Amino acid sequence: MFENVPISTICGVAVIVSPVCLMGVLGLSSLLGRPLPERSITRFVQSAIVTGLVAAVGVLVLMLVQGTRHVPIELGNWVVIDHFHFSVKLVFDRLSVPFVILTFLLCGTVSAFADKYMHREPGFNRFFVLLAMFVLGMIVASLAGTIETLFAGWELVGVSSALLVAFFQERPAPPRNGLRVWSVYRISDAALLVAAVVMHHLSGEGDFDKLMGLTGSGNSWPFCQASLPQHEALIVGLLLLVAAAGKSALIPFSGWLPRAMEGPTPSSAVFYGALSVHLGAYLLLRVSPILELSPWLWVAVMVLGLATALFAALATRVQTDIKSALSYASLTQVGIIVAEIGLASSWQPLHVLRYLALAHLIGHACLRTLQFLRAPTLLHDYHTLENAIGGHLPHSASGVQSWVPEPVRNWAYRFAFERGYLDVWLSDYIARPFLLVFQWCDGLERKWTDFLSRGQSRESDRLSPSATMDDLS
Amino acid sequence: MTQLHFPWLELTVFIPLVGALSVSRMRDSETAQKWCLAFCGLTLACAIGAWQDFYWLNAFQAHDRWDIIEWLTGRDLLVLDQLSAPLLPLSALLYLLTTLATLRSKVRRFSFTSMLASLAIVLATLSCREPWGVIALLSVGTVPLYLELKDRGKPTRVYVLHMALFVVMLVAGRTMVEIEGAQRVHSLWAVLPLVIAVLIRSGIAPLHCWMTDLFEHATFGRALLFVTPMLGAYAAVRLVLPIAPDHVLRGMGLLSLATALYAAGMALVQREARRFFCYIFLSHSALVLVGLDSASPIGLTGALCVWLSVGLSLAGFGLTLRALEARHGRLSLAAYHGVYEHTPALAICFLLTGMASVGFPGTFGFLGTELLVDGVVQAYPFTGAAVVLAAALNGIAVLKAYFLLFTGTRHVSTVPLGISLRERVAVLTLAALILGGGLYPQPGVASRHQAAAELLKEREAGKDHSMANAVATAVK
Repeated sequence: MFENVPISTICGVAVIVSPVCLMGVLGLSSLLGRPLPERSITRFVQSAIVTGLVAAVGVLVLMLVQGTRHVPIELGNWVVIDHFHFSVKLVFDRLSVPFVILTFLLCGTVSAFADKYMHREPGFNRFFVLLAMFVLGMIVASLAGTIETLFAGWELVGVSSALLVAFFQERPAPPRNGLRVWSVYRISDAALLVAAVVMHHLSGEGDFDKLMGLTGSGNSWPFCQASLPQHEALIVGLLLLVAAAGKSALIPFSGWLPRAMEGPTPSSAVFYGALSVHLGAYLLLRVSPILELSPWLWVAVMVLGLATALFAALATRVQTDIKSALSYASLTQVGIIVAEIGLASSWQPLHVLRYLALAHLIGHACLRTLQFLRAPTLLHDYHTLENAIGGHLPHSASGVQSWVPEPVRNWAYRFAFERGYLDVWLSDYIARPFLLVFQWCDGLERKWTDFLSRGQSRESDRLSPSATMDDLS
Repeated sequence: MTQLHFPWLELTVFIPLVGALSVSRMRDSETAQKWCLAFCGLTLACAIGAWQDFYWLNAFQAHDRWDIIEWLTGRDLLVLDQLSAPLLPLSALLYLLTTLATLRSKVRRFSFTSMLASLAIVLATLSCREPWGVIALLSVGTVPLYLELKDRGKPTRVYVLHMALFVVMLVAGRTMVEIEGAQRVHSLWAVLPLVIAVLIRSGIAPLHCWMTDLFEHATFGRALLFVTPMLGAYAAVRLVLPIAPDHVLRGMGLLSLATALYAAGMALVQREARRFFCYIFLSHSALVLVGLDSASPIGLTGALCVWLSVGLSLAGFGLTLRALEARHGRLSLAAYHGVYEHTPALAICFLLTGMASVGFPGTFGFLGTELLVDGVVQAYPFTGAAVVLAAALNGIAVLKAYFLLFTGTRHVSTVPLGISLRERVAVLTLAALILGGGLYPQPGVASRHQAAAELLKEREAGKDHSMANAVATAVK
């Protein structure tokens, strides 16, 4: 049956099928109200991740042996009608293969860690269902050969992130923060979808190979040439930059990152230390040939990256809990990676710097996962040390602090402590006025229906906002 | 015209009518529910039969064999075509699942007679292509709900005023169209009343307040069944799309686009679950109308796909909310309720159906939304992005409601609140259809594309006809 199918295709399909099966098994059992026992869940997760990892490494080895740099796998059209087709295409190249291997490695490590960390938690099954959804989303987004497929993976990553932030759901803070994360992600999703539609209308294609001029050219990422006019490239590029900024918590969306630390440590590690937070940078790397088409665009990418790095470096110094400090440290590196991508797009001889950005991304993700997973026990070790020496561990101020004037230092401290006022700014100047307008409209509608019904028209007004469920019934 | 192999359409209409008569004589509510289930099940079987028979015939349109109505009236009143073929089983399924998921505690308040009568009217409407037939059935369809509101002593003024205007506009519009004669693309003044009627029935702002009022006062189940078959969109396709000038469709589309955005924003500030649901529904039904009014093959296909996906997903979403209401009474969205621990299955279904409605990957809505966005951006290059924004806001509203209802605190209950077997069957059926349609979308999308092509052909034929008339007049 598979005689004429190249082995790289079989391996490539296995890379995507393993997380699909994992999601299917865990999701279906939860939907039917029959969650699997802990041991079965971890076995399924580990088998799927190991299968995917082995298959991905297999693809890499075959690519190295055969000397191919670009292996597209067409899985056919999901939907075809006259002028529209939604093709499912996976692309294995120098960008996607390392990222997929990284995804499987880190998710495998984190799932092994979570097996013990989450043992006997009431939400054990829920955690692994969401982790499976995340793995699927990451693999789909990483291997996507079309922007529509990338969008599908992007959304899966978004919803699993938001639900994991709200994992400890008996308190109001986690769901509140989960909603904040989700709101930013939806803005990012909207920007990506509009970019996809604009790309479709400009070039008639959502296929990255065709957009980046790879078809029939013999080139492969990162040495390819997009063929959009400069003005259109600027529009598409800016939309993609907004999408990446939302996903990677770049300025002005950085406020959600410390909020996301409400989730369990394993998910914080893999989402905000390692993979999810780098997905925006990955998107920029994937579309980097578009960035080089407009100087405004690569300058914007570079400035945004550097500004985020500076801001996060400042903010991380004053955080009072280890996960928030690590999240801002992570953001500092993400900002630098984004700046590297912008720089690499500025001049053709610098295109090779895209490899630097990719290597930086992979190295940083591994280091940060280790730090996040170590964080709870590190605190324990510090406490032991402090108990042993009978006082706080010595902490010396950095050299920079001594030559910065005190007013500037105070201002910087306040700025960093308030996390750049970004959250406040988004709440006060975007979200609140938006909601106030609709509340005002709601009031108008009430008056109108009261007028039409010649009396109080809303039964729901009798519900007390603070009523408990039993009161309401 | 091609004939079906069996009088499926007449059966889908007469079975619920007979059911309504039989159930009205039953005093025991639980017995009435069982019989109602049986009649709804039979109706669904006939509707599926009609759909499959039509599919095998591979015809543009078909009518019943041994058509009694045609024999009595001399007109082909019940006809199945590409558009309505899947809408019949969809509507019958929604009625069946709503009956199935009605808990014992609510059975006495729920009028099964009225529900079966409504089912017959809805199915007759969806099987009718004759403009006056559609108008008559749409008008009659507003009566059972009015009677139910009246019976329960609820305020009816808002509903009556809007529905009266709806009926008047339908009749006035069609009369003016007939006065204008054979031309197929009519003047603004002839089409405007019909457009207003469609806007009212679809709940397009500022004519939408009857819908929020309905969700306030009617039982959740009845309100859900009145809105989810989206007869407003059906009226648009049958009465407006074939004859309206391009600029009228464009204006209607822009108004619907604004409503989609407005309703999505309103869903975010609601403090009660039913009103929240109503605005989410309004936003989606407006999106369907946007696609229909784009009058492009892709936009129309997207709209017809979203019509099906929203019908399924929001019905499931509504049934989940209704199941929660049955346990806790009216649900405030001003505080956290934290009921996940007691009803995890309902939480999963709430999330699945809610996300499906906003076009989440892996669900049928995903491709429908993609097509819709593509088509609408083609028709309205600058404002079309509002569809994406509306979908984004709806997604935020759905997750916000999820967090408020299922998380945020620990709910203590002395009685078991888990999902019942019937409810589980209902929501799992919908979930299976949503996921099945999402993972294997080609047949569904292709059939909607075919329906869209037929509708556009009909519209183009109308345009050519009117142009020929104009040329002939000029020559004379």
